[in-house]
Amino acid sequence: MSRTTFFEKCCRPGTGTIQVAVLDANTREQICFLDKVDPYSTIGNIKCLFQKSYPHWYPARQALKLDPKGKILRDEEILLHLPVGTTATMFFIDLGPQLGWTMVFLAEYIGPLLTYLLFYFRVPYIYSHRYASTSSPHPVVTRACACHTFHYVKRMIETIFVHRFTHGTMPLRIIVRNCAYYWGFSAWLAYYINHPLYTPPSYGEIQFNYGLIMFVMCELGNFSIHVTLNNLRGDGIRGRRYPIPTKNPFTWLFLFVSCPNYTYEVGAWVSFSIMTQCLPVAFYTLLGFIQMSIWAKGKHRAYSREFKDYPSLRMAIIPLIL
Amino acid sequence: MSAAAAGTSKAAHGDVAPKKRRGPGALAYLVIYNVVMTAGWLVIAVGLVRAYLARGSYHGLYYSIEKPLKFFQTGAMLEILHCAVGIVPSSVVLTGFQVMSRVFLTWAVTHSVREVQSEDSVLLFVTAWTVTEIIRYSFYTFSLLNHLPFLIKWARYTFFFVLYPMGVTGELLTIYAALPYVQKTGLYSVTLPNKYNFSFDYHSFLILVMISYIPLFPQLYFHMIRQRKKVLGHIEDYSKVE
Repeated sequence: MSRTTFFEKCCRPGTGTIQVAVLDANTREQICFLDKVDPYSTIGNIKCLFQKSYPHWYPARQALKLDPKGKILRDEEILLHLPVGTTATMFFIDLGPQLGWTMVFLAEYIGPLLTYLLFYFRVPYIYSHRYASTSSPHPVVTRACACHTFHYVKRMIETIFVHRFTHGTMPLRIIVRNCAYYWGFSAWLAYYINHPLYTPPSYGEIQFNYGLIMFVMCELGNFSIHVTLNNLRGDGIRGRRYPIPTKNPFTWLFLFVSCPNYTYEVGAWVSFSIMTQCLPVAFYTLLGFIQMSIWAKGKHRAYSREFKDYPSLRMAIIPLIL
Repeated sequence: MSAAAAGTSKAAHGDVAPKKRRGPGALAYLVIYNVVMTAGWLVIAVGLVRAYLARGSYHGLYYSIEKPLKFFQTGAMLEILHCAVGIVPSSVVLTGFQVMSRVFLTWAVTHSVREVQSEDSVLLFVTAWTVTEIIRYSFYTFSLLNHLPFLIKWARYTFFFVLYPMGVTGELLTIYAALPYVQKTGLYSVTLPNKYNFSFDYHSFLILVMISYIPLFPQLYFHMIRQRKKVLGHIEDYSKVE
């Protein structure tokens, strides 16, 4: 046999089984001991074994580390390839309750959808008593409601059928924070648009119609980009490419920006602001724009770093400007 | 809340401020800035004392230091710029929040609602701010020059025990005193209907501000206490050894 095989067979200790001791990262006490673990097990397998002793700590909630202050081990890592001996010592942290990404987004979007409708139908106790359950005399208000509802229904359909999520879960407090943001803001702007004292746009039907056209274009654009990005991911992680324009004219925005989905999203909200001529909507648009710009810039930087041939004309979110 | 909180962000990030990030020019500028601010708040302190001695009562001392107070408290907004540019290693958001809350009280409450200016609660928070800022700015000055007297460090991390609640009390009482006047005159408020479909009730907003002190004040207060243990803690250990 060759020298390497000789060493592998005789000198590597414990290609038998490995023992895993799990210690609490804060108290350093041993909370679990796993005997006779297959060295080719992954961290994911370890987490499942761990859950047998502690059923309420499902794998998504577990964080395992080799060093209490070190990095969290990924689920795909194999025990044999880690710097452990025959007894592996790992430190456990409870990440708290987690929710799958699909559920997260649905929870975030169902709020705005329903709260807006509550205001549209002027459910009692929101506005003054004599306006309870009445409807607005302005056609603009009904059409705005249709647009807003369509926007969130589209988002929910995309969440279920289009998007594919990488990380499995999200911590509960982040979800609560995001829901408060979405639900709170939609209630705030729905309050004004459906208010009995609402004032329709200054330039009337023309203003609304231009806004509506822009809104529809941006929604179609946003959807096209999501589908394009989804198809990109379908090629597997190894064949990584950055998104490029396709035959769909809406994707031609990729010539100018890295994240046209955010560009279209901002565009949709700008057009909604124009349609309703409502300052709270404009303010919400501004906040969304700031957040999405931060995300877009991050993505743009990641693309530029990963792909050496990344087109230099592209900006992050606004063509030629940002 | 603003009283001692203005020191919090620096305490959290920069007491052992790494000076590697700034050049000698920035250092000189910061020293001048902090010296000027120390001097400014000293002027306010002296003004308060002189006015008290002249009048013989605590009442209405605000008017004697109104202008320097506005000038130097508003000038503190430069500190947000310092963080943004990077010559001070603190969080822009935290510093911004602290400075703007002070500026809010100075302009949007005390200046805007004339009737509260003669209240004693104004004197309460102005005194708290004055003492805090004199100590804080001299602390920074000496830190930048690497010659921090222990007395200043001790003062900064001890006086807040009294000054902080004192300032918060003064601020809350002032806002509370302003409420009826704001409601009566509809100050800074916008009602429906209007072209932009927006409304804002300043009275309700002030009440919300007062409520926000409840979660925020304890957090900042206990943060300062923890900082004190970290910064002054080892001194007590040495004295125990001896």
